[in-house]
Amino acid sequence: MNPATIPTTATIYTETVVYSPPEQYSAEAPYQLAILNLPEGGRVTVRILGERVSIGDSVDFVESRNGVSYFRKRLP
Amino acid sequence: MRPVAIIGIGKTAFGAFPDRDLRSLAVEAGAKALENAAARPAQVEAFFLGNFAGPSFTGQNHLAPLIASALGLHGVPATRFEAACASSGSAFFHAVSAVASGLYDVVLAEGVEKMTCQTTPKVTEILAGAGDLSGEVKAGATFPALFAMIARRHMHEYGTTREHLAAVAVKNHANGAKNPAAHMRKVITMEQALAGKPVSEPLTVYDCSLVSDGAAAVLIAPLERAVEFAAKPIRVLGLAQTSDVVALDEKDDITTFRAVRSAGEKAYRMAGLKPSDIGFAEVHDCFTIAEIIAIEDLGFVSKGEGGPFSLAGNTCVHGTLPVNASGGLKSKGHPVGATGVGQICDLVQQIRGEAGERQVKRSQIGLAQNLGGSGATCVVTILGAA
Repeated sequence: MNPATIPTTATIYTETVVYSPPEQYSAEAPYQLAILNLPEGGRVTVRILGERVSIGDSVDFVESRNGVSYFRKRLP
Repeated sequence: MRPVAIIGIGKTAFGAFPDRDLRSLAVEAGAKALENAAARPAQVEAFFLGNFAGPSFTGQNHLAPLIASALGLHGVPATRFEAACASSGSAFFHAVSAVASGLYDVVLAEGVEKMTCQTTPKVTEILAGAGDLSGEVKAGATFPALFAMIARRHMHEYGTTREHLAAVAVKNHANGAKNPAAHMRKVITMEQALAGKPVSEPLTVYDCSLVSDGAAAVLIAPLERAVEFAAKPIRVLGLAQTSDVVALDEKDDITTFRAVRSAGEKAYRMAGLKPSDIGFAEVHDCFTIAEIIAIEDLGFVSKGEGGPFSLAGNTCVHGTLPVNASGGLKSKGHPVGATGVGQICDLVQQIRGEAGERQVKRSQIGLAQNLGGSGATCVVTILGAA
């Protein structure tokens, strides 16, 4: 997804924590991966930074690196 | 379209075979299928090979003529089909279509994969190539991760539990322990399955199928010519291949596979049968959650009932609907390109009454479901005694 079209907030549709990564991400595991429901419709697969999230949680956009979007749990 | 019959089957054992290369596995299975039918290589008019990632795992390309010539099938059309883990299901679908249409009479359909020559991280990376590299895979998705996200959503929407998933693993290991050709012939307990090492939450090693080497082949012919061959013919009653989007985040609902539902509906319609007519099934349990969703999508149980139905023991060999009496991908092994035709061989063994300790009672009509990726290809086959 083009960074220009990434919303600042979204909600978790589903998620997992990856312990057995592909070779190119070996150094980063374990990491949390999630599919987000976007406010304007549609979904996107992103990485979660910091605190673990669950289905229904709201998350905020943090940054985009090498074509991957990173989100963080929205503080109450 | 002419009725088509399976007239010979052949399989290698599934497992880790450091001394065997891809060609030798494929030749063993193909030669066994010919021998089972008492057919000569010169009678075979075409070769349809399913293989997912031979070039990535082994470096070898141009696989179909390599194997065909080693089998003595000289000069025939020899073509490789790639549809992720449904590669040989797809090869079988196209082989049956060609015979049904009258293009050929005697055709060999086969699947093969050689995987254990690579490390687990490398295997994980190669398998991830069946996902969408531009999105989900770039973000770090593996196949266990994609099915873990499917499991989380299924748990959220239908109350499916870790115990439901573990029941599938325990049952498939119990079946595989009785299968001499299975990769992991080991009985496991519910406690072990629940305490497995995490691979991608909520899935543990006991929820994931195995990385295996192996090959499986079937010889097919028009039903009217089946009497010319030695083995008891088994008829293809229903067969369908379907497709869907590759990326998981492009699906409206990830707790069901549209491609499985439509392949099931088409195969049932072609066979003139309904789910309750099916005596037993081999489904694509690449992960435990995939077996639960498969029995829902194929209409054996209603949506959300797959977990409780499995935990209650209905899918055991002597249950109301035996599922994966072979041990499934979980215990029998999952040499990905060989899995689809391997399932067909398992159905034929059951219908012939050759499954030994794993023999099911209602063995007249069986169904196989072979899934590619996270549901982008599906092949459903219904077989019955001719």
